[in-house]
Amino acid sequence: MYVIEIAGLRKTYRAKGRRDRAVVAVDGVDLSVAEGDVFGVLGQSGAGKSTLLRCVNMLERPDEGTVKVGGVDLTALDRRGLREARHGIGMIHQHFALLSSRTVAGNVAFALEVTGVPRNERRERVAELLELVGLGGRADAYPSQLSGGQKQRVGIARALAARPKVLLSDEATSALDPETTDSILRLLLDLNQRLNLTILLITHEMNVVKRICRSAAVMRDGRFVESGAITDLLDRPDSELARGLFPLDAPTSLDGHTVVDVTVSGDGADAPLLAEVARRFDIDVRIMAGSVEQLAATRAGRFRLAVPAGDDAPLNYLSERGARIGRPTAPSPIEIQGAAS
Amino acid sequence: MTWSELSELLAVGLQETAWMVFVSTVLTAVGGLLLGILLVLTAPGGMLAAPAVSSVLGFIVNVTRSLPFIILLVAVIPFTRAVVGTTIGTDAAIVPLTIGAIPFFARIVEAALREVPPDVVAAATAMGATRRQIVGKVLLREARPGLVAGLTITVIALVGYSAMAGVVGGGGLGDLAIRYGYQRFDTQVMIATVIALIVFVQLVQTAGDILVRRLSHR
Ligand SMILES: Nc1ncnc2c1ncn2[C@@H]1O[C@H](COP(=O)(O)OP(=O)(O)OP(=O)(O)O)[C@@H](O)[C@H]1O
Ligand SMILES: [Mg+2]
Repeated sequence: MYVIEIAGLRKTYRAKGRRDRAVVAVDGVDLSVAEGDVFGVLGQSGAGKSTLLRCVNMLERPDEGTVKVGGVDLTALDRRGLREARHGIGMIHQHFALLSSRTVAGNVAFALEVTGVPRNERRERVAELLELVGLGGRADAYPSQLSGGQKQRVGIARALAARPKVLLSDEATSALDPETTDSILRLLLDLNQRLNLTILLITHEMNVVKRICRSAAVMRDGRFVESGAITDLLDRPDSELARGLFPLDAPTSLDGHTVVDVTVSGDGADAPLLAEVARRFDIDVRIMAGSVEQLAATRAGRFRLAVPAGDDAPLNYLSERGARIGRPTAPSPIEIQGAAS
Repeated sequence: MTWSELSELLAVGLQETAWMVFVSTVLTAVGGLLLGILLVLTAPGGMLAAPAVSSVLGFIVNVTRSLPFIILLVAVIPFTRAVVGTTIGTDAAIVPLTIGAIPFFARIVEAALREVPPDVVAAATAMGATRRQIVGKVLLREARPGLVAGLTITVIALVGYSAMAGVVGGGGLGDLAIRYGYQRFDTQVMIATVIALIVFVQLVQTAGDILVRRLSHR
């Protein structure tokens, strides 16, 4: 069952009174997120990720298309209906967006006030939520007294106050250092599993996709260039996501050799495939670059191999054993980001 | 002039100034807050975007703010008569003081509310907050230190304006300084009133600063 269903979404920003200065931020996006999935939208700055996400809870009104959350078409709701629907959609923000004038407990209580939870139930629920995100002891601190990671935990507690089915995350870890990022990602994954929380996140960090996403889309110029389950995307030859997850920093040709990029996933990731090929065909298989990694979705690896030119049999054999063989490609923009993060 | 005469003069002047400034501050706080909120809400892209209302309000504010206070003081005399029943005295001075200060404070309120990060407003909207909740619990609450600092500036501006209240017989310390010091060359009274004014302003500023520090958690 899909919790989020987006069809034909379009959003154009127009400079006031000037048609020529229109920016098409989202240009026809279809997106379905299954219940309990962690879906990552990956793209460079200006790709339209934030706009897409802000259309999911109608912070931006799309020009075209429908946005269904939990089966309800948000584009058709009146103001009151939309407020109700928003209670079921949590959101966390890159710069936390906490109320500086309220304590940690006060920030979480604000979400409860907005949802209409009676005063006498709030205190207990606040404590419960802070416990859930591991901030039990900091209830009376002000946001300015917290570290970035702690602030994001408050943001998460607040987002979960109304017991939403869906959590939207706009670059929630981009302002954090790597270790803190890790701990926040672990928390999100934990909440995803414990509460069956569906998470739609946008990011420009490959690492985030690696760590927690089971599905992903690559966004460029307002469109999805590929999207789906990560295991499926890894199966596609020349998948941008695969190239981003496993950047291969090596030449794309070698004298007297055929150079290929090989992707393996699932059980194949740990099978001694390369040794097998070398032995079976009695050739030297040269690994020019590559790695095997544990992703949230699956175990997978990618290599750039050079095999002696002229004989396709070794490569055909790799294919038969479940590896995907592709032409070596120059780094994609996303791949460069993957290498940097 | 003897010491007791002088202190008698000062006491009356201080009382008049305090009264004028106090009442007009209360009225200005309410009026300026409402006008400032309206300016923010009706601005293009605001929660109640209404370009026509927004430009009319902006224009009225600018006109009022460009008039020299002494001219405003005279110009509103008919209105003052209608409201207070008289055109002279301390109470009569409160009307032009308030009318002059409301647009001043409204602009400060507008600026303070705009300082609240859009992100924070978006977060509240995304939680399903009503517009009333966003104004009350987010904008006004988050802007509180800025609002108090702005009100402090307004109070002190009112102390300055109130010096001209003498024109309509409003009295007060400033009037004292002008009548004795400027018109009669009585340096002693002038210095004494000026010192009293300085102390008054210092007290207001210090109180404002303490309050701002207590409210600010940024
Ligand atoms: N409020 C706005 N008014 C006008 N143009 C906008 C607005 N918001 C976004 N845009 C434009 O829409 C395009 C997509 O912006 P968006 O913020 O969705 O990108 P993004 O993928 O989130 O980028 P980043 O990674 O930098 O956050 C950009 O060209 C941007 O300039
Ligand atoms: Mg963005």
